[in-house]
Amino acid sequence: MNTQPEPQSFAFDEIAEPLVAAAIGKYPAGKQMSAVKTLLDIAQRQMGRTTGSAWLPRAAMDSVAKRLGVPPIRVYEIATFYTMFNTKPVGKYHLQVCTTTPCWLRGSDDIVAACKHATGIEHFGASSADGVFTLTEVECLGACVNAPILQVNDDYYEDLDAARTEALLQDLKAGKPQPPAGSLGGRASSAPASGQTTLLPASGSAE
Amino acid sequence: MAKLTIDGIEVEVPNGSSVIQAAEAAGIEIPRFCYHERLSVAGNCRMCLVEIEKMPPKPVASCGMPVADGMVVHTDTEMVRKGRRGVMEFLLINHPLDCPICDQGGECDLQDEAVSYGRDASRYAEQKRAVSQPDWGPLVKTTMTRCIHCTRCVRFTTEVAGVAEIGGTYRGENTQISTYVEKALSSELSGNIIDLCPVGALTSKPYAFTARPWELRKTDSVDVLDALGTNIRVDARGAEVLRILPRLNDEVNEEWLGDKSRFAVDGLKRRRLDRPWLRENGKLRAASWEEAFAAIASRIKAAAPEKIGAIAGDLCDAESMLALKECLTALGSANLDCRQDGAVFDASRRAFYLFNTTIAGIEEADALLIIGGNPRHEAPVLNARIRKRWLAGGFAAGLVGEAGELTYPVERLGAGPEALRALADGTHPFAEVLKAAQRPMIILGAAALARPDGAALHAAAWKLAAQYNALRADWHGFNVLHHAAARVGGLDLGFLPGAGGKSTTAMLNGGVDVLWLLGADELDIKAIGANTFVIYQGHHGDAGAARADVILPGAAYTEKHGTYVNTEGRVQQGFAAVLPPGDAREDWTIIRALSAYLGHALPYDTLEQLRTHLAASYPVFGQPFARLAGNDATAPAGDGAALAAAPLKPVYANYYQTDVISRASPTMAACVAAHSPAQAEAAE
Repeated sequence: MNTQPEPQSFAFDEIAEPLVAAAIGKYPAGKQMSAVKTLLDIAQRQMGRTTGSAWLPRAAMDSVAKRLGVPPIRVYEIATFYTMFNTKPVGKYHLQVCTTTPCWLRGSDDIVAACKHATGIEHFGASSADGVFTLTEVECLGACVNAPILQVNDDYYEDLDAARTEALLQDLKAGKPQPPAGSLGGRASSAPASGQTTLLPASGSAE
Repeated sequence: MAKLTIDGIEVEVPNGSSVIQAAEAAGIEIPRFCYHERLSVAGNCRMCLVEIEKMPPKPVASCGMPVADGMVVHTDTEMVRKGRRGVMEFLLINHPLDCPICDQGGECDLQDEAVSYGRDASRYAEQKRAVSQPDWGPLVKTTMTRCIHCTRCVRFTTEVAGVAEIGGTYRGENTQISTYVEKALSSELSGNIIDLCPVGALTSKPYAFTARPWELRKTDSVDVLDALGTNIRVDARGAEVLRILPRLNDEVNEEWLGDKSRFAVDGLKRRRLDRPWLRENGKLRAASWEEAFAAIASRIKAAAPEKIGAIAGDLCDAESMLALKECLTALGSANLDCRQDGAVFDASRRAFYLFNTTIAGIEEADALLIIGGNPRHEAPVLNARIRKRWLAGGFAAGLVGEAGELTYPVERLGAGPEALRALADGTHPFAEVLKAAQRPMIILGAAALARPDGAALHAAAWKLAAQYNALRADWHGFNVLHHAAARVGGLDLGFLPGAGGKSTTAMLNGGVDVLWLLGADELDIKAIGANTFVIYQGHHGDAGAARADVILPGAAYTEKHGTYVNTEGRVQQGFAAVLPPGDAREDWTIIRALSAYLGHALPYDTLEQLRTHLAASYPVFGQPFARLAGNDATAPAGDGAALAAAPLKPVYANYYQTDVISRASPTMAACVAAHSPAQAEAAE
């Protein structure tokens, strides 16, 4: 498990500060609360940047509440509601496996098993012993056409199978940079897996 | 106005009403869990489903459906019943079947509705969800497994109490009503969420596992722990008062009750004076009524009439104050004062000491100036009314003094009376707010009157009201916020120094030889002269009883029929719920008996005679409540310029322990420990 201690204080740093100002500036005076999700996201990313674990400690939520001039509970409600906000520490790589029907039909059970095997994590919601990975089960990621999907932090890796997943995670474990997002099966975008079937170069034409 | 038909009954309601309100007007009850008249509409329990003609053919939640002219609503069709049964089944999926051990049993909305809409057996075979029980402090007990997520408590704390501490966290099946960061609720109105909770998720912690509602004897009464005159219901079993709940009164408390008034009941069972006591050789010993009366008679007969005095405390009923006043008058003494805090001010007209705007009238005001009080502690329910007005918009509040955080924004104008001068000569920016206001109101905290420059502050505040057009035939914007339930009644019946009589301060320090304390404990007991013979008549062994030479055991407010006048001048009567303990008696009967012993028998033998006499002597006690008009702007006596520089401090540093009952209450002590550990330590 990742045992990062609960920080006592949190302040937006020089990278986050302009983003915060811009987010709040989008809304008319008195409606700053509208920026709450943006600010929580900025805070979570700052935590990821500075501590290696993109999560929202209480101090960060309190500081968002203070910035927006709302009672802290209003921020806790939102931060706990959305699954993309982590109210507990997560690993450097947050693995989110989609197990909704299309992914499941395309073998997401294998992906889950591969994730567990490669990282040593025993169940969803847990982190690996080295603190590098956290595994979460998520609902539809909206990329069913390239199912099954594994989301690693912000990036989607598509067209997975057990071997590709294992290789991806071993690379990450070894400290290699994240490969470019998208299909790991070699297809471009969401084109048919067996190759292009339409808009082919003209053949057998009158010429 | 919109005219609609509900179950064949035609009803006309204002535009913007919801269907559930229209049904209420038609006398049709629609089951509901989340909807509450005094809270915003959430529409999340779905129990109030109805069928509306010419709408999409599906049930409609009546709480969130605005009425329209010509609407035809059915509240008891097969579709409606089926819909409600479905909602009920879903609510019961995760609700535990622990009614036999649940304190809500017998007064539970879910239980009641299950009788009409519940299935006889569950179709749900899975595990029910379980939720941990957070600690919300010493007053509210949580059993969140029973929660049906109606969010009434969330809306109450956010909207009415103004202390946003509870919220709905997590989502879906994991939803929890919680504070997220575990802590005791910091509102003085937190007990109301127990009443609001439609199930047994929030129950009273001190009352846990004490009684079932059908065992209780319910008596209507009036609260005396602040000066608001909150209408209450006293629930008793046998000789014991078990709990106090608010009653509905839109003019006074709507349906709220402060935590102290609700939870200090356990103080009624502790440190009680249940027999007369007599001091002999410096020590109190139990005595008989005969011995106590004999001791008093010998001292009173030996004393010169002008050396006999009486001070009435904060919890007294009007009847006992009248009896005591007439007893002392018969003895030839004019040394009377109902202002144990030592306040001296002009009480020659009622308007000088009432909350003239009235509590309901706060909702008509558009600017507020608070001088030296803290409404949140001195009258939390009234403070909620101010917040309600603020929420409605177009309202500005300013504060002179050192009150802590209130539940609405206030402009802090300064701690001391110098801010009043700046307001008077118009140099303060807030003066513009008052000038622009159509219906400005000024609240003068009673603590300000107890200062050495109280009379000056009184006059200065009145003059500000006159200056800013708050005294008109159609609007009276001058208000005194009392914190003692007995005060206005005492002032109304002239429990004040008569011609040549001594005030509280003059009676202390040996000013009198015999001093009768009628439930007076919050005065400077040490300042009573060493040779003064002190008669303490009251119900709790507190500061007054400790100093007394004779103790006459009286009745607490739940044990006597009493008349009380609240801070706005409303005369209300409470009924006795239980008998006083032991040898204790209703206070006016003690005075009546003693007056006969002294040879000046008072001319009434029954409470009815006394009340008739009271209304005949002081007509306000016999008249229905009416707002005073502010057309007489004659200022109270007092040199408005003679203001001291000291900051205006609120009267209570600690909301939870302010009188003999709340000081005797272990629950209130637990509240102090939870909210201000430093004070709790100091008390030990």
